[in-house]
Amino acid sequence: MEKKKKNTFSYARYGYFFSLPFLIAFLIFSLYPTLYTAVIGFTDLKGIGNTSIHFLSDPFANYKAILASPTFHTAFSNTLKLWISNFIPQLALALLLAAWFTDNRFKSPGEGAFKVLFYMPNIITAATVAILFYSFFGYPMGPVNDLMIRFGFLKEPYNFLVKKDIAQNIVIFIQTWMWYGYTMIILVSGILGISPEIYEAAEVDGANGWQKFWFVTIPNIKTILLFTLVTSLIGGLNMFDIPKLFLMGGPDNATLTVGVFIYNQAFSGGYLYNRAAATSMIMFVIIVAVSALLFYALRDRDEAEMRRIERQQIKAQRKKMKEAKNG
Amino acid sequence: MGKSQTVKKTIIFILCVFLAILSLMPFVIMIVNSTRSTTQIQQHAVSLIPSTYFGNNLKILLGKSFNPAVGFVNSLIVSVGATLLATYFSTLTAYALVVYEWKLRNVFFSFIMGIMMIPAQITMIGFYQMVYKIHMTNHLSMLILPAIASPSMVFFMRQYMKPALSLEIVQSARIDGAKEFFIFNQIALPIMKPAIATQAIFSFVSSWNNLFTPLILLTDQKKYTLPIMISLLRGDIYKTEYGSIYMGLTLTAVPLIIVYLLLSKYIIAGVALGSVKG
Repeated sequence: MEKKKKNTFSYARYGYFFSLPFLIAFLIFSLYPTLYTAVIGFTDLKGIGNTSIHFLSDPFANYKAILASPTFHTAFSNTLKLWISNFIPQLALALLLAAWFTDNRFKSPGEGAFKVLFYMPNIITAATVAILFYSFFGYPMGPVNDLMIRFGFLKEPYNFLVKKDIAQNIVIFIQTWMWYGYTMIILVSGILGISPEIYEAAEVDGANGWQKFWFVTIPNIKTILLFTLVTSLIGGLNMFDIPKLFLMGGPDNATLTVGVFIYNQAFSGGYLYNRAAATSMIMFVIIVAVSALLFYALRDRDEAEMRRIERQQIKAQRKKMKEAKNG
Repeated sequence: MGKSQTVKKTIIFILCVFLAILSLMPFVIMIVNSTRSTTQIQQHAVSLIPSTYFGNNLKILLGKSFNPAVGFVNSLIVSVGATLLATYFSTLTAYALVVYEWKLRNVFFSFIMGIMMIPAQITMIGFYQMVYKIHMTNHLSMLILPAIASPSMVFFMRQYMKPALSLEIVQSARIDGAKEFFIFNQIALPIMKPAIATQAIFSFVSSWNNLFTPLILLTDQKKYTLPIMISLLRGDIYKTEYGSIYMGLTLTAVPLIIVYLLLSKYIIAGVALGSVKG
């Protein structure tokens, strides 16, 4: 017993040793930039090529300026709007398709091929997709105008991209189009993980297809739905590539997201690194809060339970020892 | 009953076909238009019949600042480098978490779970300033080295390794006199091959498609990665050269589409696997 304990101890250092590269890279490329971003948020750092920093007399001046900025308000509400209005149809479509694809009664031909095609837009570079859709809505003779006129929906070419709500809806469409396939595959694997016995029991109880979906499928993929929600929300809060390259945040800031706002603050015009850093930290806090939610939901439950029992055992043992001593 | 099911089945099939067309159509228009002249596109922007201006469009495209070969090579260097580092060191870190009993193990694992959702984009200002200060802005290594610390991949590898790698194998290798590092490289890595392959695909694709970081760090045209090259197509120099814009987009999308279709079985399985990790 004694010898074995010594043995595990001598191997323990490899645990530290093998995690060291990760830790060093994390400290240099993640932790330091995070702290540095936080610091810059309290300084006057701006101007291209400037690296000398001075703390402001009012440390929260940048935060106040950002929170009072109407452009930031626009960017923030756009970001939420674009995310919510793409997430809802995306999830609805993915759930519908996932329910069909896992239902043996509706085995449709070419299911595998459909899955491959639905997921394809997700793998293509977002920069390519953004510029492709920009070309599609070109005025006067982009493909969309061409089709609309040929099929008689329009009499003459229409300049879609100068209209604020049309521009927003196209971004929403692109995001939905790029992501519903991904969400669908995740939901399919979640539904396939549900034990068939639960469905059989529901069938014995006389549940119809809709009831089975609502009362068996949905509750059993709760964790996966939460995972999808949180990862999509974090991705949505950082939305950059599509709005940046599709219309550069325009027209009239209609597709300006927080990601584009941060980029524009820091890398164009006045090079306001301090304002961009303050904006980043505001988003950072929101994202940490959101991911903390997921962290608690996805925690390794068995392990947490085991550790709790272990602690209780140790406590009980100590109590016993104490009692023995006192007695 | 039978009839209503047939109706439902037909509706499902029609919707699926519609969505499949929606997935394909933009790329078909793109590829066909890359073979048509700007005049043809201006007359009718949608056609399913390829024309003969492929070479001409290519000439106009390459005659300006667009150099897809340079972007391709740089993207390849960054993506391959980042993928190799991310998969190797994530597996190594997961190995440390699974095989050894050390005091801070649980703390370290909780820490990894805590940070894995935080996107790098959000601390980019500090990252840029740091890189700028040490004069490394136009070095591709700054896009590769951060991959050593990929928390979500460590998490995935750990979840996969726990049931896949039996500690008895490690123990018996020790009895045979193998060193710890050797056991990792020669025994653990081969067992982890399926997980590594899955994660490698996603690491490669996300690195290949990344726009934000390179856009901030790279100012030298010779160092541009493909997504930055693509963003040039949005600029004024190609404003009226529709044929060559479609050409540029085709050159960047078609290799991805081909690779995707070849590997689609593994990619779809990988996406599904990634979700079960919770």
